[in-house]
Amino acid sequence: MSDDRNMADDRNMADDQNMAIASSADVVGVRRLVRSVALEVGLSLVDQTKIVTAASELARNALVYAGGGDVRVETVRNGARRGLKLTVSDDGPGIPDIDQALSDGWTTGTGLGLGLGGSRRLVDEFDLASAPGKGTTVTVTKWAR
Amino acid sequence: MQRVPVLKLGDVLIVSIQVDLEDQSVLALQEDLAEAVVAHGAKGVIIDITAVEIVDSFIGRMLATIASMCGMLDAQTVVVGMRPAVAITLVELGLSLNGVRTALNLEKGVALLDHLRSAAS
Amino acid sequence: MSVHADVARRRVEELLRAHEEQAVRRWAEIAKASPEELGEIYQALLSVLDEGRDDFADVRGLLADLSRSRARAGYAPADTARAVFGLKEALYEVVEADTDGVEAARGFIWFSRLIDDLGLFTFETYADAREKIILDQAEQLLELSTPVVKLWENIVAVPLVGTLDSARTQVVMEKLLQTLVDTGAEHAVIDITGVPAVDTQVAQHLLKTVVAARLMGAECIISGIRPQIAHTIVTLGIEFGDIVTKASLADALAHAFRRSGFQVSGGGGAHVAIRAERV
Repeated sequence: MSDDRNMADDRNMADDQNMAIASSADVVGVRRLVRSVALEVGLSLVDQTKIVTAASELARNALVYAGGGDVRVETVRNGARRGLKLTVSDDGPGIPDIDQALSDGWTTGTGLGLGLGGSRRLVDEFDLASAPGKGTTVTVTKWAR
Repeated sequence: MQRVPVLKLGDVLIVSIQVDLEDQSVLALQEDLAEAVVAHGAKGVIIDITAVEIVDSFIGRMLATIASMCGMLDAQTVVVGMRPAVAITLVELGLSLNGVRTALNLEKGVALLDHLRSAAS
Repeated sequence: MSVHADVARRRVEELLRAHEEQAVRRWAEIAKASPEELGEIYQALLSVLDEGRDDFADVRGLLADLSRSRARAGYAPADTARAVFGLKEALYEVVEADTDGVEAARGFIWFSRLIDDLGLFTFETYADAREKIILDQAEQLLELSTPVVKLWENIVAVPLVGTLDSARTQVVMEKLLQTLVDTGAEHAVIDITGVPAVDTQVAQHLLKTVVAARLMGAECIISGIRPQIAHTIVTLGIEFGDIVTKASLADALAHAFRRSGFQVSGGGGAHVAIRAERV
């Protein structure tokens, strides 16, 4: 794979990878996929572990609250810095109160309620778009140091 | 789904996780361990996570559940071999695994169980 | 480019070709550099002008080499730039002697500007090379400045010295945790005697490290907290909770000894006997 080929592009289209989440085995698959891209982007071991953990939380959320969803992993570039951008989207019931969902300990499911808020602390950029009945899309980015 | 094997050594049960943990595997492990503790009258449980690359909130919560469950069945649980990157991530995630005893490696885990037992008797 | 300018430029190119040997020799004298090296640059410059291109990539490449080799030889970047500017002086002598004075003089202005650009380029190359060295050194310093030392069987310490920023604290802490795995040490002393100040972020990193070490099965002791730092931490409202803190590294070591079952005995500090208690 050539790093220079798409230097001018903000992101390298060829590196986009998509995956569907339909079972808990897919959550393991998402972890593997994110790990391999994180390694390629040059994230440190600790940062790899953080983004893989965040991916695991978000993928499980989609599975538990929406019965499944889609994951897209991209490599992004900001000057000389490289990063990994992860988008997890679902067509589930959506989140009525986003601020509440992001606070620790709040949950409608059986979890600890650390999934969303915890994931936010593990990444550099975090964006959550959701509305009741419209599904949920979470986009996170981790930059190589 | 892969089942995690439970090994018996004297009155201690040893679980060494070597696979990518699926949620079902974790739930199955929780059941298997509870049954094994009762069946063998085990006094200690060691869960070795040296090979585990990530512990998210679900897996972390299960570790804590296993520890308190085994405690009720009169067996002390020690989690051994947590990687630095995993520990840093858990702290950032906001999970402190309260009530779970930990040791750096299997050997120190066994020593800790011995120590706990001699302190109790 | 006007017709005039074009004619003038061509005249200079002719002069450059016709008086190559003389110009290079004179240039080498002025620049105090080897005629071979400068001759090569001169040739590259000529071939660019010959083809009527405005692409000076080859010339820049050679100049970058020159800049680097002179930087290694200890020349200041200004010297190298001055050496390149020397070509103007060398050519001026040729232009002065030229019979068709007006065109050549006009062309010389154009040529002079070109050489100025190339001279400044060597300066940029030098600055880039320096920048890279500084970055490499900063990275090395990060590695060097974070030793994790073994104090005793089962006890390690990180003596932190100097200003702690977030990046450095993170590196030290990751290294400390890895050392715990590698050595199996169950006690770690983080000594901050040599740290002049601690901000919220650094204090948070310290706390997180202590909690992470606990998750792994090891205990951390923070020692050498200066009064000002204690004041800052309390003022910032950072909870150190049940984390063990000691005034000095010696106190921390004594604490770790007790915790791992060693006994320290002796009087007046002149004689210290240490006996391990087998558990």
